[in-house]
Amino acid sequence: MTIEEIHRQHYGRILASLIRVVRDFTLAEDALQEAFAIAVAQWPKKGPPPNPVAWLMTTARNKAIDQIRHRTMAQSKHDDMISLATPGESSPESADTLRLIFTCCHPALAPDAQIALTLHTVCGLTTEEIARAFLVPVPTLAQRLVRAKTKIKLAGIPYEVPADEELSERLSAALHVVYLVFNEGYAASAGAELLRADLCSEAIRLARQLVELLPAEREAAALLALLLLNDARRDTRTDPAGDLVLLEDQDRTRWDRAKIAEGASLVERSLRGGSPGAYAIQAAIAALHAQAPRARDTDWRQIAALYALLAQMHPSPVVELNRAVAIAMADGFEKGLALLNQLDLPGYHRLPAARADLLRRLGKFPEAAAAYREALSLVGNDAERRFLTRRLAEVSAAGT
Amino acid sequence: MQYVMLIYLDSQRWSALSTDERNRVHQDCGAWHEALVKSGHSRNAVGLQPVSTATTLRETNGKTMITDGPFAETKEVLGGFEMLECVNLDEAIAIAKRFPGLRAGCAVELRPHVPGNECKD
Repeated sequence: MTIEEIHRQHYGRILASLIRVVRDFTLAEDALQEAFAIAVAQWPKKGPPPNPVAWLMTTARNKAIDQIRHRTMAQSKHDDMISLATPGESSPESADTLRLIFTCCHPALAPDAQIALTLHTVCGLTTEEIARAFLVPVPTLAQRLVRAKTKIKLAGIPYEVPADEELSERLSAALHVVYLVFNEGYAASAGAELLRADLCSEAIRLARQLVELLPAEREAAALLALLLLNDARRDTRTDPAGDLVLLEDQDRTRWDRAKIAEGASLVERSLRGGSPGAYAIQAAIAALHAQAPRARDTDWRQIAALYALLAQMHPSPVVELNRAVAIAMADGFEKGLALLNQLDLPGYHRLPAARADLLRRLGKFPEAAAAYREALSLVGNDAERRFLTRRLAEVSAAGT
Repeated sequence: MQYVMLIYLDSQRWSALSTDERNRVHQDCGAWHEALVKSGHSRNAVGLQPVSTATTLRETNGKTMITDGPFAETKEVLGGFEMLECVNLDEAIAIAKRFPGLRAGCAVELRPHVPGNECKD
């Protein structure tokens, strides 16, 4: 294994264990970075040690002890010295990774700080990489990380897996961070595209770790399923020119079958035992789409029923919009249109866009054109704007 | 660790409550505080008179200005505070979550103390 591969696979785990021992994010990070720097200098010449991970862990711990000795020998640091001097384990514990994830996703940190800190510490991405992926200046991102680490230290945010009674609430906060990381990568915009695809992979890696560490938590399995099922379609969502390709027009032979199979089996697991959570329902919907051999084989009736269940759990006009579209596909466009007309979502382009699409399918071209125009006045994303413009031209031509 | 829990009340929502409701919240807050004293989590608690009783001092050009009222007119006003002794922020959050004033529209802010023995470094 190369040093890069070790960094990639073990950085977060080693750091997680170091933080527990040292009880200081920055100190642990600096020490681990030093240990990797020594490895880069020594290993190519001398060959890697027999157990590289244990070597990195021990070297970093010794560096941290040096650092603490270097600082004041104030009484308050005495405890740290004792815990550091005791010969500790040299292999990272998996519980430490879980501690690190929960600390980084603590609700007392701002959401953007939670995301940046998780990617930086658990995934080992550099400040530059995260800044580029989120399209923010490097100093801004660096400051965000420093502020978060300072708050953890000064406000006493614990380095612990939450107690049972808090676990489900805190887990859903951590899952939400993973979900946001994925979405940021999935809404790919040109230019930063490659890095953004990386965010999807990182999110899947994080979700996978949570599933491994908390195998009994069904919503973690459900989130992993949802991410895999969406990621399976990633390459077919845009054409070579970067234009949007609708689900029904995507080349299904190019969907990633392995990801779909894994996602589908996780969905089954997350639906078993008790009422399903919100991620499980969304993953079940994604599985129905992914498993339909052709667009017209989609089980829209079941999808509509799942959206109804989701709406009961989290009443939201956006969920209602999706349910109306599913009903339109299952029971007729008129019926879906009637439901859409009852919705009020000011400023949201997808409502007029969905109405426009149903009107187009019904052959009501002038009304469809008006709805496309309304959607165009609200849309923000370039690829979507080009798509709506194309559709508007089509219905305008068909209407004359 | 030591935290101060600053209790802000929404004066409009508070005055909209009936006398009975207000008394009940006061009573519940008292019981909440007593339990914290017993468990060793509370070092002290202070309830404040309304902002109409406040006096503000500032110094400009070496001269102290004294004015009537709070330093800033806000919808939510500081109503009191509780000094907490907790192992970490999660314990303080768990205590704050049980604060009965929350249901009467109060917002609470948790702030860690600057530790006394670390001021020197």
